[in-house]
Amino acid sequence: METGAWLRFFLIGGRIMRHWQPSASIEALRGRAKIIEQIRYFFSSRGVLEVDTPALSLAAVSDPHITPFAAAFVPDGSGEPSWRYLHTSPEYPMKRLLAAGSGAIWQLCKVFRNGESGGRHNPEFSMLEWYRPGFDHHRLMDEVSDLVGQVLRCAPARRIAYAALFEEVLGLDIHTCGDDQLAEEGRKRCGFVGSLERDGWLELLFSHCIEPGLHEPTLVYAFPASQAALAQVVEGDDRVASAARFELFIGGMELANGYFELTDANEQARRFSADQEQRQRLGRSALPVDELLVQALQAGLPSCAGVALGVDRLVMLALGAERIEEVIAFGFDRA
Amino acid sequence: MANYSTNEFKPGLKVMLDGDPCAILENEYVKPGKGQAFNRVKVRNLKTGRVNERTFKSGDSLEGADVMDRDMEYLYADGEFWHFMATDGSFEQVAADEKAVSDASNWLKEQVVYQVTLFNGAPIAVTAPNFVELEVVETDPGVRGDTSGGGTKPAKLMTGAVVKVPLFINVGDVLKVDTRSGDYVGRA
Repeated sequence: METGAWLRFFLIGGRIMRHWQPSASIEALRGRAKIIEQIRYFFSSRGVLEVDTPALSLAAVSDPHITPFAAAFVPDGSGEPSWRYLHTSPEYPMKRLLAAGSGAIWQLCKVFRNGESGGRHNPEFSMLEWYRPGFDHHRLMDEVSDLVGQVLRCAPARRIAYAALFEEVLGLDIHTCGDDQLAEEGRKRCGFVGSLERDGWLELLFSHCIEPGLHEPTLVYAFPASQAALAQVVEGDDRVASAARFELFIGGMELANGYFELTDANEQARRFSADQEQRQRLGRSALPVDELLVQALQAGLPSCAGVALGVDRLVMLALGAERIEEVIAFGFDRA
Repeated sequence: MANYSTNEFKPGLKVMLDGDPCAILENEYVKPGKGQAFNRVKVRNLKTGRVNERTFKSGDSLEGADVMDRDMEYLYADGEFWHFMATDGSFEQVAADEKAVSDASNWLKEQVVYQVTLFNGAPIAVTAPNFVELEVVETDPGVRGDTSGGGTKPAKLMTGAVVKVPLFINVGDVLKVDTRSGDYVGRA
């Protein structure tokens, strides 16, 4: 072998040598295991039932900005394939359990989101999701703050309405400012190139100009009604209809997203079709709608609040990790 | 030129942005859990050298820029343009203006090879090698025997650049200079 070939062999060999190894240190994995133990104790001591719902489902969630992985089910290994979707959150089957009378439930599972890869995103990640019948979003925020406070040993989260936060950080009144003004701010402050819908501009400004400054635990609630997803729309503090939805931010990072859950089956069906329309506008493929969730809501979902929390990010904060793969045994590029 | 989507914005990729050729330096994926995904991108404008942060909707694309770095030997300056010749045997010549040459004019010496950045075939930037050897044309007389360092004095080089040098340096000495910092490294 000539020198170049030897060198190439050595370098490629060297890269593989590094890639078989975990992306997280064993020390970080110990820290991670301890946090998961804490989570498990938190819920068992509060009498919340641990459940396990399917990762492969017939329908996908309808979120316009979430893309699932599709997997082919092949009967007898060679028949006509039918499609299943890896869940992007266990929300729908957990709500079906609630409608079936499960009472308070929690789940820690791997979820899968296509295309989401970066410093804080691994396409496959660990989600903690729980539902509390009889709670509204404010009471659930208390519980989220308790759990995170125990794990991170931090003070209770500050609470602020979405509109108040825009006013405080950017001096923008989102109830009165037009799309043009949002676009101008987005181009000026974020150097944005391209065009967006109104919620896109809000998400741009929030994620680039507000979120990075939310170092201390902050619970943001009363989202714009247009960003309700599966939350109820209620009259807020400032008498403007807003989504009974909240998000938790710590260390300039989004950690959890919760709702005072929508229980109205007709409204749910309406939002599903609105999501499908938006997907079409954004040029994304249509996905099968989960009729089973609508049926469960028709049968009766108890009034409840639910939240999903990114466990990998919680571990990042607890261990002071910069990138998500530092707390995952094998990051996406070496999975 | 081909179009490149945000997921292809790797460091080093050259794209057209606001009518200017730019190089991608960094690309960070930013996505609210329920919201629109973005790519926050650090770019260097190859004409001005300025670095900016720009944000794109994930999946949007930019046109590639016809930018090429070529090794070229510096020939001469005619008062308006600096002339370079390709070292690949083609003897092709280009004339770079003041904007393209910019700070590299401090380190231009005949027969030395520089990296000339061409956009649609025209020079837009000249990068000096990390180290060049240049003769001192003006400085206070050297202090004999003082090679220990300690004090420094200014010395003007043949290109007009002024660098800080140790006291023992004399007119006619050839110095090795780091072009990135403008620091004196040693006598050549």
